[in-house]
Amino acid sequence: MKLLRYLLLSASALVPLQPVAAECLTRGTGDMGIVIERAAGSLKVVDTSNHSELFRVTGLGDLSHASAVYSRDGRYAFVFGRDGGLTKVDILCGNIVKRLIQSGNSIGGAISQDGSLIAVSNYEPGGVKIFSSTALDLVADIPATEIKDREGKLKGSKTVGLVDAPGNRFAVSLFESGEAWVIDMKQQDAPKIIKHTGIGSLPYDALVTPDGRFYLSGLFGEDGLSLLDLWHPETPARKILQEYGRGEQKLPVYKMPHLEGWAMAGDRAFLPAVGRHEVLIVKRGEWQEEARIKVHSQPVFVMARPDGRQVWVNFAFPDNDTIQVIDTESFEIIKTLKTGKGTLHMEFTPRGEEVWISVRDSDEVQIYDTDSLELLHRLPADKPSGIFFTSRAHQTGL
Amino acid sequence: MEIAPHRQAELIYLLRHDCGSCHGMRLEGGLGPALMPERLSDWNSEQLALTILYGRPGTPMPPWRPFLTDKEAYWLAARLKAGLQP
Ligand code: HEC
Repeated sequence: MKLLRYLLLSASALVPLQPVAAECLTRGTGDMGIVIERAAGSLKVVDTSNHSELFRVTGLGDLSHASAVYSRDGRYAFVFGRDGGLTKVDILCGNIVKRLIQSGNSIGGAISQDGSLIAVSNYEPGGVKIFSSTALDLVADIPATEIKDREGKLKGSKTVGLVDAPGNRFAVSLFESGEAWVIDMKQQDAPKIIKHTGIGSLPYDALVTPDGRFYLSGLFGEDGLSLLDLWHPETPARKILQEYGRGEQKLPVYKMPHLEGWAMAGDRAFLPAVGRHEVLIVKRGEWQEEARIKVHSQPVFVMARPDGRQVWVNFAFPDNDTIQVIDTESFEIIKTLKTGKGTLHMEFTPRGEEVWISVRDSDEVQIYDTDSLELLHRLPADKPSGIFFTSRAHQTGL
Repeated sequence: MEIAPHRQAELIYLLRHDCGSCHGMRLEGGLGPALMPERLSDWNSEQLALTILYGRPGTPMPPWRPFLTDKEAYWLAARLKAGLQP
């Protein structure tokens, strides 16, 4: 009895290593996520099982175009803001653990395979900064290739499409200089960089296949995409789908498509075309165009339901009030949903039975059943944009 | 410039959210350059209105002609040059 009391006392004395807010949750995070509120600079921590809000976290700065990755334990979200802010949020306690402004203007980031590093790609000044995921201490600062701007001043290229890859590597594309770099961080104090130049004109975003092998950069300045095989990172990048759309007039693009969320269904990839109202279907391996599907407008996100049976697509201004659902077997559009103006992003629950869709102008998140394609629930949110669930913690490239 | 107040509000919303997807919601820059008065001082409002209406071919800046009248583009350009309140 005495011994037990002694053990209990000493155990409780050991607990408060870290100050923990009284209202912290004790639960798993596997069915949790965050919804970015872009105008308010805040986010909502949500519960996907109960369609409910758990916390609202404020003070994250300019979140237009924000994205997030998760620590491997699914407890911390690292949020990348437009203003160069990098914020580590504890989703069990609903608070900010650490926040820093790491550059003037950033676009997104990635977490390393082993979870120890957070890499951020920057527009201003261009380059990649790498931080420890624990204290957000700077580990490496990698400047981008310099290019001449309009006034003839030298400035770093914007870096886009930053992803993680197996072997504690990161891959990134350089917009103005047309490059793709593979950054090897196995030795954290001595990053090794393989630079592929001349990959194509104006890569605007990129993605990595879910197995971490292929890195594809979408090109704005020319037709096609650039492909890098990360199993053979020294082999030059090659262009694929160059024939695509040759000689056709490109349509204006009112919002750049996103390649993140590689829609891979079986061995087929579904990609947004640029300047065309089409989704491209590409066979992995040969990397040849297999088909194109005419869709409502310029696609922005083309995302596969986790089982690969459906692909959901949203669109650029002025048609951002619509979602289309494509059947990946028949390549047919099986549903056109009018979700409302400012339909910006979607995220599937880990096994895909539901999809959460942010609708900016009606200040809500709509939750659909992906089988019946019916609306199940609406959750209020202030100008919601990106939605990120913790299942991303265990997926390469997300 | 007589533009109805409700249309002015729509234009500002467009600027923040739809132009903002490339220029940043606070117009401090993104894939497209910052649209702050200092940066735009080299141009007059007419020139900027033309950029807005016809875009910059070969760059991601698209033409907004289908959605804006000349007057509205000029009004936006003038607002950008004057600086928007955050
Ligand atoms: C799809 C991305 C995109 C969207 C959306 C967009 N822009 Fe642009 N814009 C650009 C890019 C890129 C440039 C720089 C072009 C260049 O390199 O000369 C630019 C340049 C400009 C310029 C010239 C400024 C300068 O310093 O060169 C103005 C003014 C401008 N945009 C206004 C607007 C307005 C107003 C809207 C909304 C009605 C808008 N833009 C929407 C991408 C975009």
